[in-house]
Amino acid sequence: MKMRMTSIAAIALALSLTAGCATRRAERPIDPPTETEVTPNDGLGNDGSQEGGPGSRADFLRSVPADRVFFELDSYSIDGEDRATLDAQAAWLQRYPNVRVTIEGHADERGTREYNLGLGDRRANAARDYLQSRGVSPDRMTVISWGKERPQNPASNEEAWAQNRRAVTVVPQ
Amino acid sequence: MPTFRIIAAAAVSLTVGSASIAQTPAPAQPQESEDGQLVVDVTGGQRAALPIAVPYMPTPAATDTAAGGTEALGRQVAQIVATDLGNSGLFTPIGPGGLPNVSFDQVQAPNYGAFSSTGAQNLVQGFVQANPNGSLTVGCYLYDVAAQNQLTRAGYVVQPRDWRRAAHRCADSIYSRLTGEGAYFDTRIVYVSETGPARRRVKRLAIMDYDGANHRFLTNGQYTVLTPRFAPDQRTIVFMTYQGNRQPRVMVYEVETGRVRPLVEQPHMTFAPRYSPDSSRIIFSMAINGNTDIYTIPVGGGTPTRLTNTAGIDTGGSFSPDGRRIVFESDRSGNQQLYVMNADGSNQRRISFGGGGYATPVWSPRGDLIAFTRTGSFQIGVMSPEGSGTRILTRGVYAEGPSWAPNGRAVMFTRGASQGQLWYVDVASGALRRVQTPLGGSDPAWSPLRSN
Repeated sequence: MKMRMTSIAAIALALSLTAGCATRRAERPIDPPTETEVTPNDGLGNDGSQEGGPGSRADFLRSVPADRVFFELDSYSIDGEDRATLDAQAAWLQRYPNVRVTIEGHADERGTREYNLGLGDRRANAARDYLQSRGVSPDRMTVISWGKERPQNPASNEEAWAQNRRAVTVVPQ
Repeated sequence: MPTFRIIAAAAVSLTVGSASIAQTPAPAQPQESEDGQLVVDVTGGQRAALPIAVPYMPTPAATDTAAGGTEALGRQVAQIVATDLGNSGLFTPIGPGGLPNVSFDQVQAPNYGAFSSTGAQNLVQGFVQANPNGSLTVGCYLYDVAAQNQLTRAGYVVQPRDWRRAAHRCADSIYSRLTGEGAYFDTRIVYVSETGPARRRVKRLAIMDYDGANHRFLTNGQYTVLTPRFAPDQRTIVFMTYQGNRQPRVMVYEVETGRVRPLVEQPHMTFAPRYSPDSSRIIFSMAINGNTDIYTIPVGGGTPTRLTNTAGIDTGGSFSPDGRRIVFESDRSGNQQLYVMNADGSNQRRISFGGGGYATPVWSPRGDLIAFTRTGSFQIGVMSPEGSGTRILTRGVYAEGPSWAPNGRAVMFTRGASQGQLWYVDVASGALRRVQTPLGGSDPAWSPLRSN
């Protein structure tokens, strides 16, 4: 036993103690905010209950040809079909001037994550700018980009990508 | 008590020992180790891996600790060292299973003959010892089998819960000694854990050791989080989050206090954050009315400084290690390409010209390479800061979002479009390895070396 202790001593003396009392930083979990969120934007468009009277989400969806417009790959230009959709949305929004909307911009999975955030922002702004040109006050519209985080269609093919490159006008329930 | 004195005495030799590793020069590649055994050729691709024997590590006295018995720990530490070295692709570990037993007395006096027959050129031996104050000492020795001499040695005193770190640091010391490169095994990964269908994907911030051990979640998934990055000083983590009705924005997470605060006060979307090398500033992108430009701001907050001013999407800013230049991506030319500018935004010039586009540039901590995502094909590659020497590191499967190991010799990234996985590639060997995560994973960010 004494022999063993001696050899431990020799080894330990020869060692370079580099770790030692290395500082240990314990990560604390990030607490969710306690404030109550009213209709949080979840990127899910007009999903949810499809019932309601005039000025409701359900009314909006019944009244317009589509709640969304679609874009070509890496593009944010509004074409003729988009204009017809947005014209109808603008007309509905003029009937209900107290309704505030969120315009979600989305991209397909073929862009990198950060670039797609910028691209979704472009698309949402393109839709908003058009609605504004049709008389909808910008104060009533909020844009948000979801990049490629909320695909409408999770498949990896042309049809799915075309559905995912979109700007959706979201009306509160 | 004798052991206590041993530790105190050994601590005196600390500066000598650590200096021998810390001052190991990082010569320009390709370079050859002093022993002429391993050539790290960063631009040339694969070389034969170096066979290295890693037998189980004995203990001077079998002792129960908070992390298990020291005999079991000695076996586990050897396994981690062998796995780390093998993961780099620069070594072919032999053992620990199937190798001759090493007695405690042999740790410093190897039985070279017993290992030369395995074909190993080098031999790693060590021990695990429980100390009276509850800590562990892990000894770590590297030998040249043919020359029969010791190449390096190190000892690590850790709390039992940190026993894996001691193993990683042992592997780091061997990797550095034999390659001349900086270390990278004693590191962690912060990333985005993913679960659920694509349309309702739940994304949580999570942190783990570089090899997937000690995994834990930092957020509960109530809010989508994206693109976390470690501060070089490891005091904060920056990430982007969608929170309630607010614009998605960059948040700064103070590791020690758990406090989270927004990086900027402006009511615009902010994203693509990265730290300056001295941790004092964060470069990020801000989208205003459909136009994205690059800004910097002090970590503690203040007024953003705008660096780009074009109609394109300018994003993905990353500082050079000396902090004087920034690489970023922009589609101002029509599609995503890489540009370099001075840290004040001046002298913006394009460095990538290939088809398909280039995105998510990240400047290597060594300064010699820029890692990127090749769009279209979604491959990870590297090029020089001048745009020359483009080399693709991944094959076949969709990959995105490179992050450098602190030694600038390995790159971790996301692989797989729908259910992401974390993989890394050793730039020198080309070896691809997967990091296991409990759920899907994306947006990995490699930490600095923890022992720094």
